[in-house]
Amino acid sequence: MALKETPSQTAGPFVHIGTLPEIAGLKAKASERRNILARDGTLGERIRIEGVIYDGACALVKDAVLEIWQANANGQYGSNDFVGWGRAATDFKTGLYVFETIKPGATPYRDGRGQAPHISLSIFARGINTHLQTRLYFSDEATANAADPVLQLVGQPDLIATLIAQRDASRPVYRFDIRLQGERETVFFDF
Amino acid sequence: MSELTEFRPRDRNWHPAADTPAYRSTTYRAPRRSLLAVPQSIGELSGPVFGDTPLDPLGNDLIRNYATTGDAIGERIIVHGRVLDENERPIPGTLIEIWQANAGGKYRHVNDTYVAALDPNFGGCGRVISDADGRYSFRTIRPGPYPFPNEGCDWRPAHIHLSIFGHAFVQRLVTQLYFEGDPLIPRCVIVNTIKDPKAIDSLIAKLDMDAMHAFDCLAYRFDIVLRGHQATYFEDRGS
Ligand SMILES: [Fe+3]
Repeated sequence: MALKETPSQTAGPFVHIGTLPEIAGLKAKASERRNILARDGTLGERIRIEGVIYDGACALVKDAVLEIWQANANGQYGSNDFVGWGRAATDFKTGLYVFETIKPGATPYRDGRGQAPHISLSIFARGINTHLQTRLYFSDEATANAADPVLQLVGQPDLIATLIAQRDASRPVYRFDIRLQGERETVFFDF
Repeated sequence: MSELTEFRPRDRNWHPAADTPAYRSTTYRAPRRSLLAVPQSIGELSGPVFGDTPLDPLGNDLIRNYATTGDAIGERIIVHGRVLDENERPIPGTLIEIWQANAGGKYRHVNDTYVAALDPNFGGCGRVISDADGRYSFRTIRPGPYPFPNEGCDWRPAHIHLSIFGHAFVQRLVTQLYFEGDPLIPRCVIVNTIKDPKAIDSLIAKLDMDAMHAFDCLAYRFDIVLRGHQATYFEDRGS
């Protein structure tokens, strides 16, 4: 290997200026609602994902930016009809983040087994030196989750539980709270 | 299914640790459990493509992109370089986003409470896509240092925040560049979350007189290295 990767540094508290300028208070150059992934023609079930991030003192993290990356309803990444990438901030007052997207399909694992529908997620914030990576799975996919190769690597049920977004009883809304540290700490991956 | 090539593992001793007590914001935000190493599959090996995204034509000119009555105030500089992978191959067509304070060290952000003045002609936000050889260039002003609450009052050296996507989820990188010769660099708790002096040096943009614009801008060179593919390949035996 000839070169070393450029080292990471925290995104800092003003990450919004470069990533979601309107949220920082800059006038928008183009109206970009990056937390809305589903368009008119997009196939798949329209879903909403929302949640908060807690730190190790159980305080809400209100200055984070989250990015998601997901397959389309057929399990394909980067298809022409669906970019599959989105970005949202936790609200400065409530700490809530929201994505409006579609439920992804199952995708192949490296050995050909199927992976349960899931969304890849990265977290950037002050106090996070290298962005944290995790996955969001769906509570209404219990059978697929039980056979998922990555969840099998996670192993323990209480750890797997940190990766399951809970579907609302009456609406296509999933709740996914993230805990950076401490009790019920979310599982973060090193891919 | 086509052949998938894994990326080299991230060297977590080269990057900062998660819990770096001198930088106090990490105290409650660093996971206690170590990261779970998981093999890369299709979702990690692919990533969003922004090459076709229409960008603001002034996206890489921070002296003008938010200006209303004249150019932004400050030392006019070019920041340029290449985006490469660890195998020294250029990474074309990748989105680079930058953000920074103005010449007085003040951010145009609703949460920045520093007393320094805003510059009405400076937004501090830029976007550009690397060209076929991985090259990128921004024109901006040199940001000022600024204080932040940490152990009492700490000062950040002049720096520019950068966000780079690469072509795969696992190549994603957010970092900061510093300026050669700044005496605040070795004093900065955020710089010093990185242990290896060679790693710190790789975040310092070097004065590049060959790229200066006469009677206009000084230039700094900053190359960005993202993770590269492993030399070995594996076959995905799926459909
Ligand atoms: Fe900063």
